[in-house]
Amino acid sequence: MPVALKNEAAVAGIGMTDFSKASGVSELSLAAQCVVAACDDAGLQTSEIDGLVSYTLDSSDEIEVARAVGAGDLSFFSKVNYGGGAAVGTIAQAAMAVATGQASTVVCYRAMNGRSGKRMGQGISGDIITSDLVHWSWYMTYGMLIPGSWIAIIANKYMHRYGVTREDLGRVAISQRNHALRNPRAWGYGKALTMEQYLASEPIAFPLCLYDFCQETDGGVAILVTSAERARDLRCKPAVIRGVTQAATGGQEQMTSFYRDELESLPEMEMAARRVYAQAGLGPDDIDAACLYDAFTSEVIMQLESFGFCDRGEGKELVREGALDIGGRLPNNTHGGLISEAYVHGMNNIAEGVRLIRGDSTGQPDKNVEHVLVSSGVGVPTGAIILGKD
Amino acid sequence: MANKDKLGIQRCTDCKALRHPPRPMCGECRSLEWDAVEASGNGTICSYTVLTHPRFPGYDYPLIIVLVDLAEGTRLTSQLVNCTPEEVDFELPVVMTIQQDADGFKLPVFQLAERA
Repeated sequence: MPVALKNEAAVAGIGMTDFSKASGVSELSLAAQCVVAACDDAGLQTSEIDGLVSYTLDSSDEIEVARAVGAGDLSFFSKVNYGGGAAVGTIAQAAMAVATGQASTVVCYRAMNGRSGKRMGQGISGDIITSDLVHWSWYMTYGMLIPGSWIAIIANKYMHRYGVTREDLGRVAISQRNHALRNPRAWGYGKALTMEQYLASEPIAFPLCLYDFCQETDGGVAILVTSAERARDLRCKPAVIRGVTQAATGGQEQMTSFYRDELESLPEMEMAARRVYAQAGLGPDDIDAACLYDAFTSEVIMQLESFGFCDRGEGKELVREGALDIGGRLPNNTHGGLISEAYVHGMNNIAEGVRLIRGDSTGQPDKNVEHVLVSSGVGVPTGAIILGKD
Repeated sequence: MANKDKLGIQRCTDCKALRHPPRPMCGECRSLEWDAVEASGNGTICSYTVLTHPRFPGYDYPLIIVLVDLAEGTRLTSQLVNCTPEEVDFELPVVMTIQQDADGFKLPVFQLAERA
């Protein structure tokens, strides 16, 4: 008899370091700091940690973090692949571990000196000895080294087919910047962005320009997962996991799924949507707010279609109606997102989803927020989670 | 095959399916046997981007990257040469040409068919 994950596990603590462009400390230090902060938030001792999950791209291994924070004996540890696609996957692993008794207190973390240390888009060198490196060699040889160059191929095709304009992308960037204006953690705090500034920004990978890109960031974010029953007795209101899944589909590549019949949709996101709604017994009409992965503005518009908030090609209409704004149908990335808060590889978007359920976001909508949808990286093997009130 | 001034496409020698990028096994029939066929070099632009920043050494900017629908049915990511960013567009016919760098390394790139 399979274990159903619905309502079995909950997020009981979130923790983060300061977000900056130059942390001045190691990534392991950032990891340790955010894991401790998550335990503090939950009101638990670090010695109660018996599971740790991170990204394969994270440089701080589970046992190093465990020693640094004084964790207990570990009965569960794992890492999830595919860059930002790992974000929700780490929570999926943690929820499974909790639901099946493999561990009781699992902390998922991502800590990176993403600006002062290893930046994205620096290319590869040396021996081509893994399937992943062979994959990149087909693109980097031609000068496609930065993530924006891979996403632009899909974004351009999508925008061409459905008449999505630069102004539509700008509306996403500005909506999220407006959220960030209220968030002291955010890079965009106090920095208003106008459409004129947006349209005049430096081109990088046509049709994407400067403000379509997320913020390279130094920082760490940790999410503490335990059973829903135990979370009820801890310090913070639990964000109960209604459904969570990973998703990769036919023709899947990492960032370069260029060989499918249709390029103007996100099949892996549609799969994540089907699975997470089915697990939760919910649909798009039940989702009150979202943190849709936003390494690039175009990804947000495409996901509105993947998750069924509108039909194919109509994402731009929702954006034009102001659906993503604070008083809109689907307030999105109310902390500013990866574009205007920080790029901590999607982990900070999960933390915001938890705040929205607790009701204490700096961008808290006036309406009751019963369910929040959070997604992982776009264009990569990914995942989605629905968090709900206890 | 680029070192012989040709554009090759991997082909399963059992079920004859073409595939790109190359892989050791055919996803259609699980065969490990493959060879390569010479492509005509003709195709159309499926999608594109123009890269302007950051500027890495060894590339000419603005750098036009094209995803080409090859006449044979597979797709290939490559560069569009002898073309300005204003001239590139969807569905335009393109033709492969071999470009050799200073180290003698040959790469298949494309130019607009009307220029070829």
